[in-house]
Amino acid sequence: MAEKILMKGSEAIAEAAIRNGCRYFFGYPITPQNEIPEYLAKRLPEVGGTFLQAESEVAAIYMVLGAGAAGARVMTSSSSPGISLKQEGISYMAGAEVPCVIVNIMRGGPGLGAIQGAQPDYWQATRGGGHGDYRLLVLAPATVQEAVNLTYEAFDLADKYRNPVMILGDGILAQIMEPVELPEENKEQPEKTWAVCENHNRPRNIVSSSYPQVDVLEQINLRLHKRYNEIKNNEVRWDSYLLDDAEYVIVAYGSAARIAKAAVKMARAEGIKAGLLRPVSVWPFPVKPFQDILPQVKAFLALEMCTGQMIDDVRLAIGNARPVHHYGRLGGVIPLPEEVLGKLKELVKEGK
Amino acid sequence: MMHQFLLAGFGGQGVMLMGRILAYAGMKEQKQVMYIPSYGSEMRGGTANCSVILSEEEIDALVVSKPSGLVVMNAPSFDKFETRIRENGLVIVNSSTVTREPLRQDVKVIKVPANEMAKELGNERIANMILLGTLISATKCLKAESVLESLKEILPVHRHDLLPLNQKAIEAGMQLAE
Repeated sequence: MAEKILMKGSEAIAEAAIRNGCRYFFGYPITPQNEIPEYLAKRLPEVGGTFLQAESEVAAIYMVLGAGAAGARVMTSSSSPGISLKQEGISYMAGAEVPCVIVNIMRGGPGLGAIQGAQPDYWQATRGGGHGDYRLLVLAPATVQEAVNLTYEAFDLADKYRNPVMILGDGILAQIMEPVELPEENKEQPEKTWAVCENHNRPRNIVSSSYPQVDVLEQINLRLHKRYNEIKNNEVRWDSYLLDDAEYVIVAYGSAARIAKAAVKMARAEGIKAGLLRPVSVWPFPVKPFQDILPQVKAFLALEMCTGQMIDDVRLAIGNARPVHHYGRLGGVIPLPEEVLGKLKELVKEGK
Repeated sequence: MMHQFLLAGFGGQGVMLMGRILAYAGMKEQKQVMYIPSYGSEMRGGTANCSVILSEEEIDALVVSKPSGLVVMNAPSFDKFETRIRENGLVIVNSSTVTREPLRQDVKVIKVPANEMAKELGNERIANMILLGTLISATKCLKAESVLESLKEILPVHRHDLLPLNQKAIEAGMQLAE
C-alpha cells in the first residue's frame, strides 16, 4: 500500500475506478458530484481512456450501455435527479446483463431539491429503480477510504454478476477530504466471451434486453432471479460497533452511520447499552445479523437522512419481533449526534 | 484530544486554503483528520467557511456544531458563528475587519490585526496565514514545521516564490498567541 494522501470523496471514487481498469466515463454535470467528472476529464486521457460529457443523462447512460456491452469497464456518476433520468437505461442494462458502475451522490429531494447531503433515494436504489423486475447490487460507503475500496471492488462485482453495481453516497461523502490509501493499479481484466467486440473466431454475440417471446423472457427472468439470489448469498456486507451486548441498536448506512457511531459513544458514556449495525451493502440487505442479535435487543432505531425508507428493510429483517423507530433530518440538514442521543434516551425512558 | 475548528470569512480571503493546510499537516503528523467545506449555493463575495477536525482518535461525526476553535476573518462570520463556540473555546478574530467586541464571556478571544500585519509584510493576501499561525500556536494542535511543509506541498510549484513570505506570516501570527 502506498502512503496516505488527502483526497476529496468524489475524487477518491474517480481515482479508485481508474485503479481497477475503468477507462470510459459518460456523464452529465450535476452538483454535488461534479468533482468526479472533473477529475476523470483530466485523468482518463492520461491512461488512454475516454471521458465524454454527453448532451443529457439519458444519452450518457446509453453510452455506458454501449461501452459495457463491448466489454469495457465503464462508469457514470450523477446525483438524484440525474439518476432518475438514467433509470430507463439502467433497466436496459440489467435486462441485457451489461456490467457497469453507477455512482449516485444523493441530494435532498423531491424534484430539484438541494445539494447538501441527504439519503432520500434508498428505495429507488434498492428496489431496482427503473421498470422491470431487476435489482442492482448497491454499496454504501461511510468514509472516503471505504468509498475507494468499494468503488474498486464494484467493477469486479459488476463483471462477476454481469449486472450494474451502484455506489450510493451523499454530498457529505463527496465533499469531505480524508486521508486515503489507494490500491495498486489492476491491469488484469476478466475475459468477456459474451461481449460485442471484434473476434473472428466465434459466432456473433448479441447483447440486448429485447425478448419478444414470453416463454423466452420468462426463462431470462428466472435466470436473473437466480443470479440475484447468488448475490444475496455471497455479497452481503455489514459492519457493527459495540453490538455484542447492545440493547438499543441504531441502524444506519453511509454518512448517517458515522453520526450514529458518535451517538453510540455518547450513549455508552451515559450507561445506555447502545450499538450500531451498519449495512454496507444495502442491496442485498444484511438480514442475518439482525436475527443473531435479536434476543438481547429491546428496540431498533433507524437513522436515515430521509423520512424513513431503510426502516422497511429493518422491519422485513425482524418482522414484528421488536419495535423499530425512526429518526432523521430532511432536505440536506445533517442530524447531530446530540439529537440522536436525545432520541435514544427517549426510547430508553419510555421503555420502548 | 480532538480539535474541531471552524474557519470563516469572505470568499477569496483564503479560509478554504487554511483548512486544507491544517488537514494536510494533521495527516503528516499521523493524526485522524477531516476537512469539511461548507457547501451550498455559494457566490463570489459571499461568506465562505470550512471545518477541520484533528484528532488522535477515529472521527465519527461529520459536522462541527460546536467548534473548539473559531477563526473569523470578517464581521458577518463573527455574528453568525460566535454563539456556536464551545464553552472555554477559542476565537481568533481578524480585528482589522471585525471591530465590535465579543458578546461571549466564556471563551478566550485573541485579536489579530491580520490585514495591517499582512500589509506590513508586503502582501495583504497573506492575512489568512497570519491567523493560521496564531491558531496553531494558541491551540498547539500542530507543529509549525508540518504546517510549513504542507504549505510547500499544497501550493503549486509556480507559487513557491511566495513560500518565504507565507512562512514569515505564519511566524508573525504565532507570536500573537501568547
